[in-house]
Amino acid sequence: MSTHSVSLTVNGEARTIEVEPRRLLVHAIREDLGLTGTHVGCDTSNCGACTVHLDGQAVKSCTVLAVQADGGEITTIEGLGTEGNLHPVQEAFWEEHGLQCGYCTPGMIMASADLLRRIPKPNEEQVRHALEGNLCRCTGYHNIVKAVLSAADAS
Amino acid sequence: MSVADRAQAEKWVGRAMKRKEDPKLITGRGNYVEDISIAGTLWASFVRSPEAHARIVSIDTSAAEARDDIVLVATGEDVDGLAGPLPMAWIPPGVDVNTPEHWPLAKGSVKHVGDPVAVVIGTDRYGVVDAADEVAVEYDPLPVVVDPEEALRDETIIHDALGTNVSHRWSLGGGDLEAGFAEADHIIERRVVNHRTAGGAIEPRGVLADYRGDELTIWTSTQVPHFVRLFLGILLGISQDRVRAVAPDVGGGFGSKLQMYGEEVLLCWAARKLERPVKWIETRSENMQVCHHGRDQIAKVRMGVKNDGSITAFHADILADFGAYHMLLTPTIPSLGAFVMQGCYRMPAVQTDITGVFTNKFSTDAIRGAGRPEATHMIETVLDQAAAELGMDPVEIRRKNFIPADAFPFETTVGVVYDSGNYQGTLDRLLEHLDLPKFRAEQERLRGEGIYRGVGFSTYTEICGLAPSRVTGPTGFGLQAGGWESAVVSVHTTGAVTVYTGTSPHGQGLETSFAQIVADRVGTSPDMVDVLHGDTATGPEGLNTYGSRSLAVGGESIARSAEKIQAKVKRIVAHQLEADPADIELRDGKFSVKGSPDKGMTLAEVAGQAYIPLNLPEGMEPGLSETTFYDPDNFVFPFGAHAAIVDVDVETGKVDVVRYLGVDDCGPAINPKIIDGQLHGGIVHAIGQALYERVHYDAEGQLVTGTFVDYALPSAAEVPSFELDRTETPTPTNTLGVKGVGEAGTIGASAAVTNAVIDALRPVGVTWLNMPLSPSRVWAAIQEARG
Repeated sequence: MSTHSVSLTVNGEARTIEVEPRRLLVHAIREDLGLTGTHVGCDTSNCGACTVHLDGQAVKSCTVLAVQADGGEITTIEGLGTEGNLHPVQEAFWEEHGLQCGYCTPGMIMASADLLRRIPKPNEEQVRHALEGNLCRCTGYHNIVKAVLSAADAS
Repeated sequence: MSVADRAQAEKWVGRAMKRKEDPKLITGRGNYVEDISIAGTLWASFVRSPEAHARIVSIDTSAAEARDDIVLVATGEDVDGLAGPLPMAWIPPGVDVNTPEHWPLAKGSVKHVGDPVAVVIGTDRYGVVDAADEVAVEYDPLPVVVDPEEALRDETIIHDALGTNVSHRWSLGGGDLEAGFAEADHIIERRVVNHRTAGGAIEPRGVLADYRGDELTIWTSTQVPHFVRLFLGILLGISQDRVRAVAPDVGGGFGSKLQMYGEEVLLCWAARKLERPVKWIETRSENMQVCHHGRDQIAKVRMGVKNDGSITAFHADILADFGAYHMLLTPTIPSLGAFVMQGCYRMPAVQTDITGVFTNKFSTDAIRGAGRPEATHMIETVLDQAAAELGMDPVEIRRKNFIPADAFPFETTVGVVYDSGNYQGTLDRLLEHLDLPKFRAEQERLRGEGIYRGVGFSTYTEICGLAPSRVTGPTGFGLQAGGWESAVVSVHTTGAVTVYTGTSPHGQGLETSFAQIVADRVGTSPDMVDVLHGDTATGPEGLNTYGSRSLAVGGESIARSAEKIQAKVKRIVAHQLEADPADIELRDGKFSVKGSPDKGMTLAEVAGQAYIPLNLPEGMEPGLSETTFYDPDNFVFPFGAHAAIVDVDVETGKVDVVRYLGVDDCGPAINPKIIDGQLHGGIVHAIGQALYERVHYDAEGQLVTGTFVDYALPSAAEVPSFELDRTETPTPTNTLGVKGVGEAGTIGASAAVTNAVIDALRPVGVTWLNMPLSPSRVWAAIQEARG
């Protein structure tokens, strides 16, 4: 199968990869760019574990082809903050026990950061509504919602 | 105050610490199976049956094999050298269980949609999926049995070699059932259907297998690496010491990864055959088809009550749908409910009869709660039915029948010994948070406005901390394994501590809880304590994580190792300070002589002395590392009282949980933050079953709910925030006094939600409902009631 050259700015760094036209952005991120913090939890765009920011907006990277992202700017969980310099949403998830197994967490954090960009001071209902596209089986969402509200308060 | 100072000032156990596990997980640096790469790794994809029941006429692999990127295509007949079929390791006591052969790849016939018939292995992740599509399988369809009641009639036999669809029949009872029902003023009888559900861990399964230098290593998304090592060794004919099983970060289990899956065996078989690492990552669609399901019971439940509300007899006649094959624990799952079939009540006579049948669906096995949510749902919903028939308040009928707090340890009618409990205490506390008279007044007022609000209660107890070898093992409940747990606590020369546990946490926060337990006992802080788990190469044999056992069994084992460390440290300090070991106390992070707090040694100082043994007590071994294998005398029995408040839209049948309260008791809290988190998740798991989730097969055995589009896990928008509180009744079973909490929420919650919906709908004439309480089912019930 033919390949295409795709140029991306990933977490602030210019990268070029060769991909099949059918390659999913999430596989390009995980396997071609080596950023395994972005996860896959379903085949149908329901779970949101693969959420990243593309040109400043949250997208489910399992539903974007890598070639569609050509020229785009991508932020993954690795680019949001580091252990030594956590993003307020990461900090709040830790503080409020907003994660258990951690698998949905990167997508949940990226979706939450996107929400707070759009609505800096959401109420509980807005948080719950905004996270409808991100599934978590461990936390029952209680502490995730608490974390997002507390991150909003902190910023 | 520095961290070290704080450690000296007060205990770590009991604090709502944030977790040690989290920094890597919130920054995308977790290490799940799919994240692990080995150079030269091949990818695997499975060819799965689209038929629910069929004879395999032919399999043509030539097109797939002709592709440049394909290394191996194997069918059931090609998989040579296995010592036997996939294992089933838990048989209810005293019964023969029919067990069909179950191979990693089907041989001759398929028994459910998704049954694997071939594996395709090649160099490219997408290429193996293409090639799997090119494997041409001809099927000769056979009659399909999906309904367990139909399967019971044996008109269509699923496994010819067995000659019947019945796996086994098994009973457990105590007291005189007939006399109990004869004594009753009312007998309430209901058909309680506990439908099939999925585990729904957000990380699907994944396997990476590597065989080199006569050693097999498997990285697998599992709850039970030690079981995986055991069975891989047996099936592949490899000595245990040459097998290493690693559960790296695991993205949730909920029982669905308590298993020895065919894919795990097959990947290891292929890695050995090809002398290349092989990787397989399950898709969600595969996960819905072939990651074991749970529940799926139809029970005829009878409860006898006197006019004063006291229960005289309880009988559950359960038909359990096991699906196509027995997996690791399938036949025993319903039996776990039988051990607590009297819940938290006095019942002079109680009996559970279980019939297990095979159907053309995938297997059921342990899913969060495993048999106990089903039992609790039967008891708690039928008790509410009894209250309604007697005109009693649901709270009053519970009070009437509770085993009183002063009756523990309490031997139940079937001979199980409840360790400790205060059921009235949790219910009283619940009612402090929920003003029931006020609620009833509000309910009445809202009905006037056309809003149908209801409250439902559930007071549960459960059996967990799966352990006592003498009880769970081959001569007891029939588990072909022990029930102990191992722990090593090692203090390094620096004073840092490494803990090894045979449990295998996958989200439960045990690294943090265990570090808190150890820190208090050896005089350090949790950040100085590393916890290793989930790798059979890092410590002694272990028995993994399931059945809410990790803290009550694994944690106790760690506590005992830490106590041994403390005793040795005290002997060293006493020797060096010329005091009696009995006079050494751990205080303010120092081991010092009572009354002379300024004279003392820190853990690091003692460790230095232990490893450079110039001044140790006569005959003492150098070093500072202790091992424990702990096997409890009894189970633990957590309990609690839950209340759900729901609104039902009588025009659409839609149910909203508007408030949910729980008071749970799992003994003294090690980390309240983690306990609450376990309960939140557990409760939502049960709300999911009560309202949204259902694994549904159509009459042809096709899986209708094959993705997250159709299988509706609750999202944040469907559930409320929770109002939780705790009481703390220690268990005498272990020195920590702790019980389990991983399954408690799931066990308690489905009945509370169901009872609440019925309570809301009594004014329109709906008096009974089975889950899932989907809008269509609720709407239909309302229409029927209205005539």
